[in-house]
Amino acid sequence: MATEQRILLVDGLTKRFGGLSAVDHVSFHINTGEIFALIGPNGAGKTTLFNTMTGIYSPTSGTVVFEGTNITGLKPYRVAQLGIGRTFQQIRLFSYMTAFDNVRVGEHSRMRAKVWDALFKTRTARNEEARVADKAMELLNFVGIQQHAHNYARNLPYGHQRRLEIARALASDPHLLLLDEPAAGATPQEKRELMELVEKVRSEGVTVLLIEHDMRVVMGISDRIVVLGDRSLPGKERLTRSWPYSSSITSTPTTVACTPCMASRCISTRAKSSP
Amino acid sequence: MSRAKAPAANRLPSGRWSDRDTVILRLLLLGAILFPVFATLVTGGSGGALINTAADAGVYVLLAIGLNVVVGFAGLLDLGYAAFFAIGAYTYGMLASSQLFGSPLHHEIHLPFWLLLFVGMFVAAGFGAILGAPTLRLRGDYLAIVTLGFGEIVPSIFRYLGQGSVLGNWTGGVNGIAGIDPPSLPFGISGPWSGEALRILPRFDFVDPIAYYVLMVILVIVGVVAATNLHRSRLGRAWMAVREDEVAAAATGVNTVAIKLLAFSIGASFSGLAGTFYGAKLSLVSSENFAFVVSVTILIMVVLGGMGNIPGVILGALMIYYVLFNLLTNLPDLTANAASTIGLGFLNASHGDWPGLHDEVQRMNFLIFGLILVLVMLFRPQGLLPSRVREQELAKGVSEQAVFDLREES
Repeated sequence: MATEQRILLVDGLTKRFGGLSAVDHVSFHINTGEIFALIGPNGAGKTTLFNTMTGIYSPTSGTVVFEGTNITGLKPYRVAQLGIGRTFQQIRLFSYMTAFDNVRVGEHSRMRAKVWDALFKTRTARNEEARVADKAMELLNFVGIQQHAHNYARNLPYGHQRRLEIARALASDPHLLLLDEPAAGATPQEKRELMELVEKVRSEGVTVLLIEHDMRVVMGISDRIVVLGDRSLPGKERLTRSWPYSSSITSTPTTVACTPCMASRCISTRAKSSP
Repeated sequence: MSRAKAPAANRLPSGRWSDRDTVILRLLLLGAILFPVFATLVTGGSGGALINTAADAGVYVLLAIGLNVVVGFAGLLDLGYAAFFAIGAYTYGMLASSQLFGSPLHHEIHLPFWLLLFVGMFVAAGFGAILGAPTLRLRGDYLAIVTLGFGEIVPSIFRYLGQGSVLGNWTGGVNGIAGIDPPSLPFGISGPWSGEALRILPRFDFVDPIAYYVLMVILVIVGVVAATNLHRSRLGRAWMAVREDEVAAAATGVNTVAIKLLAFSIGASFSGLAGTFYGAKLSLVSSENFAFVVSVTILIMVVLGGMGNIPGVILGALMIYYVLFNLLTNLPDLTANAASTIGLGFLNASHGDWPGLHDEVQRMNFLIFGLILVLVMLFRPQGLLPSRVREQELAKGVSEQAVFDLREES
């Protein structure tokens, strides 16, 4: 497989907080255009892995290569500028800004107007503002919450806040979108809609990496899955014992071949099940 | 509710002021234009003192607009804002007086006021960046303490750089700089409004308070337009984002450190502008004029007026200025007179521990000021004219549902 198809390469990524290894030598890669799921029990370090990849934490060791660029330890805003958008497990919107403004902030890094342009409302600034406003509305439309455009983010219903976060992340034109438990707290109906949205995002040419607990969601949309195991268990046992959802995995029609790749992970490749 | 594909709806920037604010701003502008006429009529032709006070109040309005950029827009608590005010004033003082003759330079510098307005602005902005660079990694309370320190250090340095300092006499030390050039224009127009015939003057020196007043109104208008434009731009949104959630802002691609630095710098530049004007009008700068209490006063104006909302901040500045420099100073006389007229004149006489009503009120001046602040904040915790954000934050019974549609409201 050619390397240029790999949009993201994570190699031996480790993050220690004092004596605790939250992320321990994690290696995997994501192919361009796929939906890739990261699963594992609570405390396996999934969110820490996200935070380490996006520069919120600096890794203890290991590398993250995104589209051929080494982004290990870059500042979060640089990572975003290079083309990785993300959402948060605990929704982090700009509560007292409208949905519309939330998305426009997302476009910040793609705007060029300087202080000067802003002060004097130059043609550059005005054109850019118009373009950005149009795109923000389009994105709100895309995630299906255009009716909330002029409401404060905090006043949106929970499910719509999740969608707004996705719209904001998409506003920076990411090539890779990291979703941290987008279906948490959603009703079955909302989960279905969310899966459709993620598929729609992918069809726009954005590669998706998602953390998810709900196996129906994971199995429904992911092309490949990586499991982060419980670090307290040794070796192979970690893969079998630590994964509480294994029953739901085997109950799906497709076979999941778990091949122990590197230390604590298991990557399953399978044909996507049709819903 | 309209389906959002309509382009007309797209162009509705939600940062647009609600009608209320536009109306108030227009009223303020009208008031500013009519004020000199009003002052002249009321005092029977000698409104100079009133106009003079109004021009001084304008300095605080400008300062409040600037601090609002830092505190209201970007959410950075700055307790040393007067430092930039001092830097602006001293920049003008040093570059437009005889002061530097006594310094190691041995040359007087008399640059024109109009140039120094910009110089003062950029120097203050530069110091804003210098202070901001190492400290803006700090958050909230920690940043406040550092700025507090900066606010104390700057006047101290100006006080130190006087006669007998190792570096020479740059700032006149405790005496400050006196005899600063007034602004002047290459020509002016005299007319019936100044009791003369209509003619063009070859040189126009700012002597009359009305000249300062007009200049101040222009500066405030420029300040309001600048702050508004910034607020509605990409920068303004980034400031709000940093204020709301710094981590999310960074993950969205906002260079938070640079954005905060810019807020600090731009806020400081307003202060530099105000300082230049202040030095020119007073013709004297002294480190005592930039004490901690000045920073706090400006902060009170911003918070009490309505953080983040420009018309509110202007109103707050005017109100606090009036209370501090007019009401409180006149209050002893007012109460003493009032007591005599309603037949309580005996209170005015001092006996025993009672110093007389006049002196007693004078002693309690700041107690009264404190009470006014407490009362305003109790009854309007969001400020006199809050931005919609603050209004929402303090609104009771916020549910998960949309409370109102901002588009419909505006």
